[in-house]
Amino acid sequence: MDRALIKDYIARRVARELHDGDVVNLGIGIPTLVPKYLPEGVSVILQTENGIVGVGKLTDENRDALHVTDAAGQPAAVMAGGCFVDSATSFGLIRGGHVDACILGGLEVDAQGSLSNWIIPGKRMPGMGGAMDLLVGTKNVIVAMEHTARGNPKIVEKCSLPYTAVNCVSTIITEMGVMKITKDGIVLTEINPEFTVEQVQAATAAKLLISPDLKNID
Amino acid sequence: MKKIITAKEAAALVKDGMSVMFGGFTGCGAALDVIEAMDSSEVKDIHAIINDSALLNGADGSEHYAWARLIHSGKMTEYIGSHLGTNPEASQLWAEGKLKVTLVPQGSLAEMIRAGGCGLGGVLTPTGVGTIVEDSPLVYQKMELNGKDYLLMKPLRADVAIISACKADKAGNLWYKGTTKNFNTLMAMAADTVIAEVEELVEVGEIEPENVATSGILVDYLVIRGTK
Repeated sequence: MDRALIKDYIARRVARELHDGDVVNLGIGIPTLVPKYLPEGVSVILQTENGIVGVGKLTDENRDALHVTDAAGQPAAVMAGGCFVDSATSFGLIRGGHVDACILGGLEVDAQGSLSNWIIPGKRMPGMGGAMDLLVGTKNVIVAMEHTARGNPKIVEKCSLPYTAVNCVSTIITEMGVMKITKDGIVLTEINPEFTVEQVQAATAAKLLISPDLKNID
Repeated sequence: MKKIITAKEAAALVKDGMSVMFGGFTGCGAALDVIEAMDSSEVKDIHAIINDSALLNGADGSEHYAWARLIHSGKMTEYIGSHLGTNPEASQLWAEGKLKVTLVPQGSLAEMIRAGGCGLGGVLTPTGVGTIVEDSPLVYQKMELNGKDYLLMKPLRADVAIISACKADKAGNLWYKGTTKNFNTLMAMAADTVIAEVEELVEVGEIEPENVATSGILVDYLVIRGTK
């Protein structure tokens, strides 16, 4: 599909995984596009690692870059009804199962639902930040990513890069389809009608199980 | 009345080779003046415990924001924390062997500092199980309890904590605005000497007791930002 549309296509489909009132943590990249695609009647409470519960709209009036930032250090705001917490409480929320969903990118996801996204040894070593905690503590872990990287599959039988966490992913959403991690393996439940099942399988280095109820992403 | 010192005097409390906790998150809520004074002082070989590597371009327009300047100048030689992604210079120095880095998950880091400050012997968490964190020098052991795997993480303490808040009263009670609490409240509990840089000093009673996030009993020295 047209490369310029991929990120928004994925974000739009991810948005439909969320429920009204969900507490959600968003990773960088595609996940940050998700809020603008939330369906009518669904609003979520965004949580950030550095201590915002209920991210609000940043305006010229409420901008306070010295005191209110997001987890990337960029100016942010709190919504009406939101609050600020310290890092132990913030991660208590994450690790204690009080965050309903986290949406993050991946370098590799494997058939066991294990994810690698924090380090490429010798090349890119930013650290795990809060990713390991989010993956272990959050109920619904959604990986939003492009299906392949420069033609190479990112969905694999077993990750080759160091894990961020094992057996943690619930759902993978790419420009090709929606995949659920089950005890039997990766099940393709929805497909982008621009692709065939064979094309999706060919771009995937793990065996895909095809849901008997396979639907098109509309 | 809590002892008030200058940023330069605060910096002089940090000696070569000391472990130092810096409160703040990407520099938000950091003791900017004390850090600047440390960078201008003779101190070296700082063993830092900080969430991240701060920013190359900070909220105040500075090029190496908050402790990013201690990374840049090479005064920081050891780092325990969770993330170097916001300031790639730290990863670069790590790769070159000029900065010793130990990474731990951010939630574990927060709890390890909390444990260090609260007299707890460790933190038992499933975070990091099955990953290379299992091999970290900050893990006592992996253990199975009730059929589930956990890592027993070590508590963290430091010689000095350099924290920051928006307001202090003259008894040293601290009030934080926005997201500046982050690691500051935890680190205030976990070091032998606690230095709090504040934007404003107010009379006792002006911060309502209910709104005090760090008790003055934890604070050894106050530095008022912007005073020399």
